[in-house]
Amino acid sequence: MRRAFIEELLSLASEEERIALMVGDLGYSVVEPFAERFPERFINAGVAEQNMMGMAAGMASEGYRVFVYSIANFPTFRCAEQIRNDVAYHRLPVTVVAVGAGLAYGNLGYSHHAVQDYGLLRLLPNMLLAAPGDPLEVRACLRYLIAHPQPAYLRIGKVGEPSLHAEVPEVRPGEWLPVLQRGGNKVLLSTGATLPLARQWLEQPAFADYDLYSLPLWGMEHKQQQAEQVARFAQVVTVEDHLADGGFASWMREALAEQPELMLRHRGRSLSARVCGVVGSQSTLNAYGGLRADGASTEEGV
Amino acid sequence: MNSRLLANTMRVLALQMVTRAKASHIGSALSIIDLVAVLYADVLSVDPGNPQWSERDRFILSKGHACVALYAALAAQGFFPLPELEEYGRDFSDLMNHISHKVSGVEFSTGSLGHGLPFAVGKALAGKRGGKGWRVCVLVSDGEMDEGSNWEALLFAAHHRLDNLLLLIDYNKLQSLTTVAETLALEPLAEKLRAFGWAVTEVDGHDHEAVRSACKGFPWQVGKPSVLLAHTVKGKGVSFMENQVVWHYRNPSEEQLAQALEELAQAREAG
Repeated sequence: MRRAFIEELLSLASEEERIALMVGDLGYSVVEPFAERFPERFINAGVAEQNMMGMAAGMASEGYRVFVYSIANFPTFRCAEQIRNDVAYHRLPVTVVAVGAGLAYGNLGYSHHAVQDYGLLRLLPNMLLAAPGDPLEVRACLRYLIAHPQPAYLRIGKVGEPSLHAEVPEVRPGEWLPVLQRGGNKVLLSTGATLPLARQWLEQPAFADYDLYSLPLWGMEHKQQQAEQVARFAQVVTVEDHLADGGFASWMREALAEQPELMLRHRGRSLSARVCGVVGSQSTLNAYGGLRADGASTEEGV
Repeated sequence: MNSRLLANTMRVLALQMVTRAKASHIGSALSIIDLVAVLYADVLSVDPGNPQWSERDRFILSKGHACVALYAALAAQGFFPLPELEEYGRDFSDLMNHISHKVSGVEFSTGSLGHGLPFAVGKALAGKRGGKGWRVCVLVSDGEMDEGSNWEALLFAAHHRLDNLLLLIDYNKLQSLTTVAETLALEPLAEKLRAFGWAVTEVDGHDHEAVRSACKGFPWQVGKPSVLLAHTVKGKGVSFMENQVVWHYRNPSEEQLAQALEELAQAREAG
């Protein structure tokens, strides 16, 4: 996903001269092509995230489309108030880019586990969440954000994720994106980096009659389209590599809160807080938190 | 309107606004009124008839709690009609009790401290990289210099040689609860700022000619951002408010307002 991000950003930046990339002294072996090709639009802000996000807002207020790139919680929780006040409140076209979504940096410890970010970012009015499920959705989200400049959060994984679409799909906020349709009336709906995992689950007997959809663009302003999409199915299981509290499943429940008959069709598969403070590979920790490769629920999972 | 007359007018308007709205922070506003008056009368290149003029100088008020000073300056300079100041502090008003970008002429909303300087640095960087002629001025409080984000921004602005940026520090030596010295001592502040790579000038922040001369002449060193360390008096211009920490929060009674306005009328007559 990182490669797709920088390739697509380079491509877009060659057409749109207002695109700037700001990094928090991170991005080794990823951001160099942009820095070399567009040195006037590349800024290493140093290890200073609060100033970085405030500066990004300042540059955006002068016409730049700023992408602020860092790892996991550094461009989000560390400078949450700058995102809230400076970026989102002023409706400035800054995209906060966090690599290492979910438990991608599982071995690096709790500091690097991005499992509470949806909860933080979806609490902000004007903020669009972009959580692509594969490299092609990364490109799709970037194209959408350049065509629709606004405050946004782009959550991407690391490297090596498989592509699950045949081509770059067209994405719109709040709209479910079909990945695999088998004509049934049950659906797995994934957001972010769990899409390949959900794809694996389709091979399991428990999910043999499920379709697979992705929802890469969502947020506070896009709840109203959910009820009609849920209504098309008898069962909707949301999947996310985020804690159950305040995440994607919570968002969906809020979207359905006034329609109890639809709420009953929804189940959420999220991470248990037991993963907090534990290290391991991404797949190990996902399984430990309740997202097993075979799709089975665990007692500890939620 | 010359800066002295503008400052006197701003003090009257600010006191009226804060009293009417039963609001706080009049001491903080009075502290910066001379600085803001000089900026708007003589330094900033702005157009009240075209607040979004692309070539304007950008002014950021980072100590957003002192907003009545800026609202008063903007209304007095014609950015919006003076009677609109009566909306200050009312329910659903755009003239919020911390500075609001919904008001004509205001670049940026603040209220949480430590946000204005990084935002201003971003603007200055955009100006530099875009080859723009406009400049960026940002006004922070002394207590606000406790914020780590400001020191991050100081590092960045010096490293990137943003000499299109002027930082004004309202150094009145009082914070919310007590003195700066008793809270988190900043001294030696000028030396710290120089060590961070900034060109530093210290002035009496109520001496209009000194402030004017310094601000009009920046950058003082090519390749360095400038910081005006303005020694000020919290509550300046109203005798019973000067240097009294209580006026960070207290709002004036009608009697205190009348006394303050009388003092300002005398000052106006005295020129």
